[in-house]
Amino acid sequence: MNSLEKAEHPAGLKRIAIEPVSRVEGHGKVTILLDAENRVHQVRLHIVEFRGFERFIQGRPYWEVPVMVQRLCGICPVSHHLAASKALDQVVGARRITPTAEKLRRLMHYGQILQSHALHFYHLSSPDLLFGFDAPVAIRNVVGVLQAYPEAAKRGVMLRKFGQEVIRITAGKRVHGTGSVPGGVNKCITPEERDLLVAGLPDVLRWADEGIALVAQLHGAHREAWDRFGTVRSNLLSIVRRDGALDLYDGVIRARDADGHILVDGIEPTAYGDLIRENVRSWSYMKFPYLQSLGAEHGWYKVGPLARLQNCDFIPTPRAEAARQAFAATAGGQIVHAPLAFHWARMIELLHSAEVIAELLDDPDLLKNDLMASGPRATTGVGIIEAPRGTLIHHYEVDAQDLVTQCNLIVSTTHNNQAMNEAIREVAREYLDGREITEGLLNHIEVAIRAYDPCLSCATHALGKMPLVVELLDATGALVDRRVRDAEQLA
Amino acid sequence: MTFTLDGHDIPFEPGQTVVQAALAAGHYIPHLCYHPEFQPHGSCKVCTCTVNGRTATSCTTPASEGLEVASETPEIQEIRRDLVQFLFTEGNHFCPSCEQSGDCMLQAVGYELGVVTGHYNPLFPNRPVDASHPDVLLDTNRCILCELCVRASAQIDGKSIFALSGRGITKHLIVNAESGRLGDTQLATTDKALDVCPVGAILRKRTGFRVPIGRRTYDARPISQVTVEPAK
Ligand code: SF4
Ligand code: FES
Repeated sequence: MNSLEKAEHPAGLKRIAIEPVSRVEGHGKVTILLDAENRVHQVRLHIVEFRGFERFIQGRPYWEVPVMVQRLCGICPVSHHLAASKALDQVVGARRITPTAEKLRRLMHYGQILQSHALHFYHLSSPDLLFGFDAPVAIRNVVGVLQAYPEAAKRGVMLRKFGQEVIRITAGKRVHGTGSVPGGVNKCITPEERDLLVAGLPDVLRWADEGIALVAQLHGAHREAWDRFGTVRSNLLSIVRRDGALDLYDGVIRARDADGHILVDGIEPTAYGDLIRENVRSWSYMKFPYLQSLGAEHGWYKVGPLARLQNCDFIPTPRAEAARQAFAATAGGQIVHAPLAFHWARMIELLHSAEVIAELLDDPDLLKNDLMASGPRATTGVGIIEAPRGTLIHHYEVDAQDLVTQCNLIVSTTHNNQAMNEAIREVAREYLDGREITEGLLNHIEVAIRAYDPCLSCATHALGKMPLVVELLDATGALVDRRVRDAEQLA
Repeated sequence: MTFTLDGHDIPFEPGQTVVQAALAAGHYIPHLCYHPEFQPHGSCKVCTCTVNGRTATSCTTPASEGLEVASETPEIQEIRRDLVQFLFTEGNHFCPSCEQSGDCMLQAVGYELGVVTGHYNPLFPNRPVDASHPDVLLDTNRCILCELCVRASAQIDGKSIFALSGRGITKHLIVNAESGRLGDTQLATTDKALDVCPVGAILRKRTGFRVPIGRRTYDARPISQVTVEPAK
């Protein structure tokens, strides 16, 4: 495995910086360092998200945290809401929450997965995949999809709407709800609310099937390119149910190596600190996690749909399990590392979410009023959940006065930090042409980043295109070439 | 005996203030530091009206025969909006993560008046959280200095646990204990002072967010309706 940072002495190297025009919090920036022969030497993806958020939580009462942390992420607030709740269940001594609470939270979570995966695939990524990465930006956007592939575009919109309805009903609001509290939930659902969702299920399940068919077809049509684009081998990490099944709400930590051999299994969430270490690099606000046992050089890993689907032994719902087996069969039993395969895995998880939602809605526990559990207080709580983008860890220390004294959050984008850097480097190596910054290079880097679905506002720009500036600087910092792509040009 | 409020005849009894008579007659006048169980205080100024052509706080103005009171004029509403925006920007009010959201009078009055932003530059004051009491949290970030807790503790609980100190922009809530900590006072969970805070500054611990969105005080109806017809 190559070390990411090959350039020991960056002086004397050219620097290409790709950065969003508006320096709003949440934007990323890519710097590519070249050597004298214009070969890609090093890639740095700069992400400023989450810097200092822990500070806002320290000193706050613990019951405020599940609501407060939703502000961490504009696209998966529910994941933070639930991860914090799960951690704080332990603090209030709710070692087992009530069946109603667990099922309501699961419903909320799978609703979030469904809507987030639909957003990511249909709104953000499908333009790249349907039109090709080099298609003009003017058509390679969600409006273009609406015109050329109206059925797919409509599917995306409707799936998202359904997921948001699930969230509204379980959390009280479509964004920044309050449904989950330490120790349980604050409401069950009514028969009317259940019926409303049940009525939408047949369409949702059909749309989910069609999504998988679309990705499989795209893969089949561009197989060689899909399998190679930005591909880097790495370990995989996720939680799985204790019996090895895919479970996005709760479980134990498992990791596999790049060939699929299990490295660690059955690790309790509270022991995450022994398993995972985080590296700091001077140029990045975002840390670089790795498996402690393998060290920083070899211990980094991928999280997210692609990791989960290959880390679990099976999916506990029939249609998604059949889709998983079909996916695995195309790779001939080999572990798939291609970033573009994330999209396929995402669509399988979307179907799985729809199936889980259907099962839950059929469960009478959801209508019961037994909402809260409690027990002897504890000072530490760790909650791990599989968010749409991957493993999400919340860890809190709470003092006897009920205030949070310490917290540690590892979000999925952080887990994927090194994997994304490696993927961008692969892409840059292939598409960088001498001293010229081409539109093609920009597009390909963007597609590679987006496959990982990082939590960047720029990566989730409404029209699916990151506003970018590309600058080619020589070793002295003088500008050699510059390319700008404004958000306005896309509107 | 009657006076007029925005052209409506409002009956009153001797000793009633304009706000009291108006509310009894089913007419809402926005207010924050007024509370029916306590002597009027006249500090927040949100109840400001034009009374016979002059601006005055209607919670401290005695009702009298023939008064002409104007409440919902654009000018008066503008003054109230300003006052509410000052309160938002003088403290640290983050409604989306506040457990009092949906039950908070400041937020509800803000909605009532059409306040959508703080408008003025927030001061982001550095205010302490006191969690020393086993069952009560005091988060002065949200205190609007209405002195309702001060009045309740002194007049009903007979303890005088709270007081205001300082002047102008440095004015702040203090706790009557040598340490200055709530945990060192005789505050009990049955104290009236716990139930009068119009915002989320004095809170019962470990109960936040237990009421789901949709069932909170001001979820279904605006404060103007909830105040004049609480039971509906
Ligand atoms: S703590 Fe509440 S009741 Fe007491 S002065 Fe402040 S806002 Fe008023
Ligand atoms: S309610 Fe009259 S001044 Fe506050």
